[in-house]
Amino acid sequence: MIRNGPRLRPGAGSSGRASSRKTSMNLSDPASFTIATARSALDRRELSATELTRAVLDRVARIEPTLHALLAVTESRALADAAAADARLGRGESGALLGIPVVLKDIFATRGIPTTCASRILEGFVPPYDSDAAERLARAGSVLIGKANLDEFAMGSSNENSAYGITRNPWDPERVPGGSSGGSAAAVAAGECLASLGTDTGGSIRLPASYCGLVGLKPTYGRVSRYGVIAYASSLDQVGPFAWTVADVAAVLGVIAGHDPRDSTSVPRPVPDYGAALTGDVRGLRIGIPREYFADGIAPDVERATRDAIGVLEGSGARIVEIGLPHTEYAIATYYLVATAEASSNLARYDGVRFGLRRASAGDSLVDMYRHTRDAGFGAEVKRRILLGTYALSAGYYDAYYLKALQVRTLIRRDFLQAFEHCDVIAAPTAPTTAFRLGEKVSDPLAMYLSDIFTTSVNLAGLPGLSVPCGFDRDGLPIGLQLIAPAFAEETALRVGDAYQRATQWHLRRPAESTGNAPGTTA
Amino acid sequence: MSSSNEESITFEYGDWEPVIGLEVHAQLLTESKLFCGCSASFGAGANAHTCPVCMGMPGVLPVLNRRALEYAIKTALATGCEIPPRARWARKNYFYPDLPKGYQISMYEEPLAVGGGVDIDTPDGLKRVTLTRIHMEEDAGKSIHDAHDEHSLVDLNRAGVPLMEIVSEPEIGSPVEASAYLRSLRAVLQFLAVCDGNMEEGSMRCDANVSVRRRGTTKLGTRTEIKNMNSFRNVERAIDFEIRRQIDVIETGGTIVQETRLWDADRGVTASMRSKEHAHDYRYFPEPDLQPLIVDRAWIEELRRGLPELPRQRCARFVTEYQLPQYDAEVLTARRDLAEYFEAAVAQHRNPKAISNWVMGDILRLVRERKLDDALVIEDWPVRPQALAALIALIDDETISGKIAKTVFDEMVASGDEPAVIVERKGLKQVTDTGAITAAIDDVLERHPDKVAEFRGGKDKLLGFFVGQIMKATGGKANPQAVNDILRAKLAG
Repeated sequence: MIRNGPRLRPGAGSSGRASSRKTSMNLSDPASFTIATARSALDRRELSATELTRAVLDRVARIEPTLHALLAVTESRALADAAAADARLGRGESGALLGIPVVLKDIFATRGIPTTCASRILEGFVPPYDSDAAERLARAGSVLIGKANLDEFAMGSSNENSAYGITRNPWDPERVPGGSSGGSAAAVAAGECLASLGTDTGGSIRLPASYCGLVGLKPTYGRVSRYGVIAYASSLDQVGPFAWTVADVAAVLGVIAGHDPRDSTSVPRPVPDYGAALTGDVRGLRIGIPREYFADGIAPDVERATRDAIGVLEGSGARIVEIGLPHTEYAIATYYLVATAEASSNLARYDGVRFGLRRASAGDSLVDMYRHTRDAGFGAEVKRRILLGTYALSAGYYDAYYLKALQVRTLIRRDFLQAFEHCDVIAAPTAPTTAFRLGEKVSDPLAMYLSDIFTTSVNLAGLPGLSVPCGFDRDGLPIGLQLIAPAFAEETALRVGDAYQRATQWHLRRPAESTGNAPGTTA
Repeated sequence: MSSSNEESITFEYGDWEPVIGLEVHAQLLTESKLFCGCSASFGAGANAHTCPVCMGMPGVLPVLNRRALEYAIKTALATGCEIPPRARWARKNYFYPDLPKGYQISMYEEPLAVGGGVDIDTPDGLKRVTLTRIHMEEDAGKSIHDAHDEHSLVDLNRAGVPLMEIVSEPEIGSPVEASAYLRSLRAVLQFLAVCDGNMEEGSMRCDANVSVRRRGTTKLGTRTEIKNMNSFRNVERAIDFEIRRQIDVIETGGTIVQETRLWDADRGVTASMRSKEHAHDYRYFPEPDLQPLIVDRAWIEELRRGLPELPRQRCARFVTEYQLPQYDAEVLTARRDLAEYFEAAVAQHRNPKAISNWVMGDILRLVRERKLDDALVIEDWPVRPQALAALIALIDDETISGKIAKTVFDEMVASGDEPAVIVERKGLKQVTDTGAITAAIDDVLERHPDKVAEFRGGKDKLLGFFVGQIMKATGGKANPQAVNDILRAKLAG
């Protein structure tokens, strides 16, 4: 389906990205744009926000029937946003996201726009408030194209748990886009927007970024406000962007990051100029390779691509050091106790009393109403996690499960602190495999859970994790390199990821469908 | 203190010793709710004081009200509690329609304050009841089940209103001690102006843990928890009933079941609400949406320095500064509003004992009759302290008699007019003109020669009869001292 990409020798980076992409920029293929290329075209008035938005909406209209990345297309809002952006551009204003079409995972509350979290239980719910991230994107002048599909309540790794249908992977329609932010990733990969937001609780940004050949960032816990983000697991959830390039992701992060007094866990720390961190220089930087992440179960192509990527960085002057993260094997179990415990409580509010779905017939008692509403409103995976979490918090089991998980979480956090005494950033695969087939793991939740084996630790430790495309497997499916940095050292991960993209061309490939042309075309 | 004395019942349990611990929920007098900016005031239309946060809508987050924390810390300091380096919010999970999030944000394993105590007076002297803990939490909303045929209604105005839970050790030995504890605690809360302490309206609520054991033994018996007691009097009655019930169960060979029981004030009994087996498993766990609470020590010290005078300190000052009897001082300082009323009146007219008598008597009666208890704002009271002081000043300068003053007082309550205006309007000014008084006396003595003879024959009690007749003749306005002096002289003559 796609042409073989350039196999680069370590260190054999090609430069001149801007010029090569600029020449290929094509309104009939919005996926050919990055924020950076659109930005310069918009600022030079070679392109209007309205033209770009119409191109994107055309793309949406053409491919949504098969892709189904979006639960809602906010066309009139998009055109109004674009007109407003054009007016600002006309006054000589600029800004990182001014006039840039974006998509929000349907977990972000949007005032006046239905917000479902891909659940039946929120059918018809229209929030009277905006999430902080939605507000910041709007203030920055971006153009809201729509709300992206996801695994119900962000619980899943494939997007197959959406109550409103699956999303396909733009690189192979028989494959999952990853989850839970699969719609956000697929939307960017298919050219339905130039960037999108997702949330990452155990890998829900990095995994779909990896499966969809995108850059995806889970920032440090507390870096981006969770206000208005429908909670799955409050101590783990974090908002982050998807885009084609690290530079684009840095631009979006600069807009959405920052303290929000409405979120007590958001950190009052100045937001650095992430773009300025992208120096291209990684000389002397110590890159830690955790031996536990190259164990059994990792696909050979994934391991090869990851090791090649590390070689590229070494060729750019970084120093490679082996490190240990000894409690890695407990991460999945710990994650599924902490996350489900919090979820069991977070999802208690969906009771049919105040909003969303209510199922009750005449003569039903209160408990009947709860039971019918929640039975009809929640999907199987959500029910499974509520049960798991309720059990883990129950009297008599709390110490053995939840409390133990908190203790192990502390050990996992300590693993990273100790590792960062020896390195500046950690490099590892994002996922053990590339995108799997639709339906392949639906009946085996445990196999599905293992997709997140390399990502959950990062959430448990509250650290930033970046996934960067680092090659394709023998089936032409994208592979992601994960870069993990110390808390609030997003700049380091972004600098390394950007240096890698300067040295490679993986991120220039586009899925065949997205171009509307014959398979094998690249941007 | 005062009312427990007037209502005092003797509680006797023979060979049995009650062991009582109290959990008090006090609503903090903040303007806004604990975790959002909605008004915390009562009386608005249903669900008028709500927002996405206190409605528990998806994705919204709690932000702590600093003032509520300040009030809880002040309470902790005023009761001598220790404030640990870290407190932690916890979620208490249960389903109910008036609990919007499906959990209540409270504190569990790491409360705000521990230790400390509340002093109470007992027949054996001063007793300090130790506090187990003080923690903060949000209130739930209100379910209304009887307003509609088919549906229950939910009003979330109260959801998220800040509460403080004050838990005592099981160190309270009788129903009287329980109400004394509550009164003493309420006085502290009122003096701090952190809670208005209105039990009837539910801004101060109390649950009691009650058990009994044989005197001389130390092992605690199985306890029950009593809820729904909405006055000091009901607390005493409910606990007394429960103690007797438990003794009866044990003495007839039964065993006490650990359970929650509801007080039914109309029937005067407690009845089982739910047993331990049906007790909720609240699945407490640390609230991930809020950071652990690490309170700045400098702020704590600042609040400590700013603590107002507390009831016991004020009581001692009333004794020394105003030479009041201990009893008066205790009554006046049992409530912040009374103490302030008293001092405002004394500032106007310095006759503390007379003012104390009036405040403890007529004012307190009026406030109780009109259920102005706990209003905490003496501005609402029908007789302002300055007016009462003016009335007493009229007595003291002999413009009116003490008896006439009662009439003037009633008129002040009815009309709201100043006492001097009323005295003038009604012509109540005391007659001190000895000529007029002498004439009235002569008239009375002339009309009752037989009584005069009896008096002179040794029947001293008739003096009262003559005084009564004379006061009647003068419309009560004659100066009683002058009447007394002249009458005695005439009768002696």
